[in-house]
Order: sequence, then structure tokens, then C-alpha cells
Amino acid sequence: MTGPGLHMKLNDCNRASGAPMQPGMDTSPARFDAREASKWFFQHGHTGWLGLKFADQGDNWVELELPWREDLLGDRSRLVLASGPIISLMDMASGMAIWRASGGFDPVATLDLRVDYQRPARERASVRGRVECYRRTRSAAFVRGIAHDGDPDDPVAHVAGVFMTIGADPRAGNPALKGSDDA
Amino acid sequence: MMPDAREPLELPAYARSLGITVCGEEAGMPVLTVAFGPAVEGHPAHFHGGATAGLLEAAGYAALHTALLAAGRDPQLKPINITVQYLAAGKSKPSFAIGRITRLGRRNANVAVEAWQDDRTRPIAAAVMNILIV
Repeated sequence: MTGPGLHMKLNDCNRASGAPMQPGMDTSPARFDAREASKWFFQHGHTGWLGLKFADQGDNWVELELPWREDLLGDRSRLVLASGPIISLMDMASGMAIWRASGGFDPVATLDLRVDYQRPARERASVRGRVECYRRTRSAAFVRGIAHDGDPDDPVAHVAGVFMTIGADPRAGNPALKGSDDA
Repeated sequence: MMPDAREPLELPAYARSLGITVCGEEAGMPVLTVAFGPAVEGHPAHFHGGATAGLLEAAGYAALHTALLAAGRDPQLKPINITVQYLAAGKSKPSFAIGRITRLGRRNANVAVEAWQDDRTRPIAAAVMNILIV
């Protein structure tokens, strides 16, 4: 007995391209909740070490907070957060935004992440990263977002990224080889 | 006194705190390394993409700093942007990274960085950084 579980997943993926959801197929009880996930996510590992915190979430976006900390500085002459931890913040918010958009919790891997730094964060300021998943295909998820230190209209950085969904693809071999025709 | 290019490189607080150290040099550029541990772990037993990016970025700045010191310059550096390509999963073993200066100008530099684990010919990630020289 295999069918329903797998098909359920495929149908769920297809919804991203605008297919209406069947009544009764609502996957919301299992809907990924970034607030709940943050409670155990940020207990350990790299994101726990950074001290990331949940801030807010929407249907396809998540905002996380990176608290200011003296040992995360990038420059001995200024009390501002280094750019490195901001990449981690945006990477993590990206993954969680993809899970919000997909509703599920399939692991994703970062393929490409670009961060454009507009200005340094203010001294001793925490930085928030808000990322939305604006498009998903069978194999890839596209994200964009901003990092800000209080005013989202005056961002510290812009970010754009592409992630690969792992394990959700039924084809053998490298799904990236077939990536363009389902975009 | 002229800055000495062979002086031990001082890594930023963030890099030191993550456990990144200079472990050697290749073609005059510092090779940076970080051991696997909780501070860099993402998926169980794998590097977090953000930690790998932190290593790449530190190696990029270290390379540029080395090149500038060799040219008798010691300016402040500010990030303009970074693009990270993830090429393979970082496993639970040490990672290494080295930066290469693609172009060094008066006001900015373009640096290419590569990270690998036990096989130097199989990079796990690469980055291109544009850095402002103030």
C-alpha cells in the first residue's frame, strides 16, 4: 500500500502552480508553524549558537531575529553585527518561508544565496530577517527578503536565493537536470 | 612601520567565535579551517549553510587583507555583496577555504572563494564577494 500518501504530496506540490485544492484535502493540521518549530530548532546547532528567535510569520514568509551579541562582531572598530551571521539568519528564514509556502516539512538544500549589503546595522542593534518564498516548482523554491534593524523600509540588506527540495522528487538522478521545464 | 604580510592574521570576532582559524597558506593566500561541531551544525551531522558561508566570507576577507598588506595598505573593508553557491553537503569533518583576488582596485575588490573538505578537488561551496575598500 503506497499510493495515497505519495499522491497527496504531489497534489500538494501542484497547488503551488495555482491548481485549486480539493475540499477535504486540506493539509492544514500538519501545516508548518515557524513559531512552534523555532522552540526546538533554535535550541541546538548553528542557529542555536547564534541565538536566533522567532519574530513573525505569514502564509509564505517568516521573520526571524538575530540578537546583537559582542562575539558576533565583524570589525574590531565598530559595534555592529558581522555580515556572516546575517547570511545564516537569512538562510534559516528562507528555509522556514519555504515550509510555510509548501505547508510541509520536506528538507531543502540551499543552492544559491545572494546577499546585497545596503549599510551596516546600527551599533548594538539586533537584526531581523524577513524572507518570502515567492515561487515553488517541483524541484526548486525561490526566495527573496530583507534584513533590517527596526525599520523594514530602511533595510540593512536584500537577499535572493534558490533552494532545492530534497527527497520530494520521484525521478532518479539529479532533478536539476530537468529543472527548467517545470518552472 | 610597514605592516608585515607574514604577521599572524587577526580574524574578526565572529570568525574566531565560530572556531575558524588560519591553518596554512597556498599561493601566498591564507587557508582557513573550521572543525565540525555544534556551532556549525545544520541538518544532523551536516554543516549549516550559514556556517559554510561564514567560513567562505572569512577566507575572502583574509585573502584581501593579505593582498592589501603585501601592497603596504591597511584600509577598512566593508561588504558590498556576496553570492554563495552550494555545491555539495558539508559533512561532519573539518572544512577549509581559501580566497583568490580576481581584481584589486583602489576602491573595491572582487574576490572568489572556495571551500572543501577532505578532497581539495571537490569543493562543497564557492562564493564571489565584492568588497569596498575605505
